[in-house]
Amino acid sequence: MSRRTRTRLIRYGVSAVTLAVLALIALNADWTKLQESFFDPEIFADLFPQIITVAARNTLIFSFFGFTGGLALGLVLALMRLSTIRPYRWAAAIYIEVFRGLPALITIVLIGYVLPIALQVRVPGIYGPGSLALALVTGAYLAETIRAGIEAVPKGQMEAARSLGMGYGRAMISIVIPQAFRVILPPLTNEFVLLIKDTSLLFVLGTTEETIELAKYGRDAVNDTFNGTPLMAVALVYLIITIPLTQLVAVLERRNKRAL
Amino acid sequence: MTLPTPPSQPGSLDQPPAIDICDLYKSFGDLEVLAGIDIAVRFGEVVCVIGPSGSGKSTLLRCVNLLEEPTSGRIVIEGVDITDPDCEIDDVRTKIGMVFQQFNLFPHLSVLANLTIAQRKVLGRSKADAEAKAREVLERVGMIDKIDEYPARLSGGQQQRVAIARALAMDPDMMLFDEATSALDPELVGEVLGVMRSLAAEGMTMMVVTHEMEFARHVADRVVFMADGRIVEEGPPDEVLLRPANERTQRFLQMVENR
Repeated sequence: MSRRTRTRLIRYGVSAVTLAVLALIALNADWTKLQESFFDPEIFADLFPQIITVAARNTLIFSFFGFTGGLALGLVLALMRLSTIRPYRWAAAIYIEVFRGLPALITIVLIGYVLPIALQVRVPGIYGPGSLALALVTGAYLAETIRAGIEAVPKGQMEAARSLGMGYGRAMISIVIPQAFRVILPPLTNEFVLLIKDTSLLFVLGTTEETIELAKYGRDAVNDTFNGTPLMAVALVYLIITIPLTQLVAVLERRNKRAL
Repeated sequence: MTLPTPPSQPGSLDQPPAIDICDLYKSFGDLEVLAGIDIAVRFGEVVCVIGPSGSGKSTLLRCVNLLEEPTSGRIVIEGVDITDPDCEIDDVRTKIGMVFQQFNLFPHLSVLANLTIAQRKVLGRSKADAEAKAREVLERVGMIDKIDEYPARLSGGQQQRVAIARALAMDPDMMLFDEATSALDPELVGEVLGVMRSLAAEGMTMMVVTHEMEFARHVADRVVFMADGRIVEEGPPDEVLLRPANERTQRFLQMVENR
């Protein structure tokens, strides 16, 4: 038997087994029961418009402020990590290790409950502490990504910019950082999608009817209806948010390739 | 194009030199790359620095605009001591154009933006002024028809001409060339040397690190031969290149000829 026939036989075999497993599941599944429990059209219709106008909106608000804040923080931390001043490097390294190491849930509780008690301040609302906690976590992750991006820009770029009379900061802002962000666009998207999903942890802050985000909204609806349909609806909305986003980035990336 | 000094009178004696380097030392860790360099370049003068690889000639050039921090010694640009820690190096750098072996064009910017960004952000020129200047210098290097291209779409020789134009757009008083043709395919070397030759003819003060002996012989006012971090021999090109006095220079030139 030639190597080519053998490869082909193995490929057919794998396909056949996969199809058989899928068929087995499809034939044995209780489709009526599934539809009743997870795809009930009435329950589905009842979720609108709040699932969009409140829950999805809040998820997007938390994600937006969490990411913007995280990006700013990550950039500062990355520059500190690359600084020639040793205490800056240490401070940034410690911050990154701590907030990357902690589960996001713990950070959220720290910011939402521990910090207000410690400082004797009462921060009203959920948007502020929620977004802040997410920004602190995201910043730690993004710092390492951004640092890698900056280091990936050839040294000659900074030298060329400096030799034209630009100061270090100006050269970073106009020349190095724009190129770094092109390099790290894919991991940046990844972080954004992770952040969108991490907003589901904010329920621990006791989100109210106005500040409820998607996942909590779905779980509440499941409890009210004793039915899985709301979870399916919420899953669908998450995908409607994330898939266009990743596709948009793919388009941007293709466009950048032409210039670089 | 008006230049600080016409080529016919390269630097009067009472004028401070464009570049004045005194007793320059530079080490990378234990490795001593420059071991006491003294050299002055007058306005309007073209100085070619030659020597075997590892002789420290690139490091010397990079010290002139402080891309490398000297270990000790003094570098004075137009009367300003740039080794003084209080010196505003960014201001001095605008007077020194630098051209790199690897071109180092900004890949995320068009040719036009490559030429205007520093004019606008550093010199504070208006958009219209910066673009007019960019067109003028692109015309000089013969790249005006590529003004809207991105660097990645240009050949090496074209990229290097744009890089020269980018430096010229700042109206520098002097230009440094760090092996500007070493990364080019052989058939592209000529177009870049041509631009450099015309710059020299217009009276630009130039310090050129190069392996192009023909260029050095015909364009340089003075040739400096370096080896092991020291200046071994210097003088008019015909003297250094055709009748070298030093045995080290003779050996180097022989090896270059026989390649």
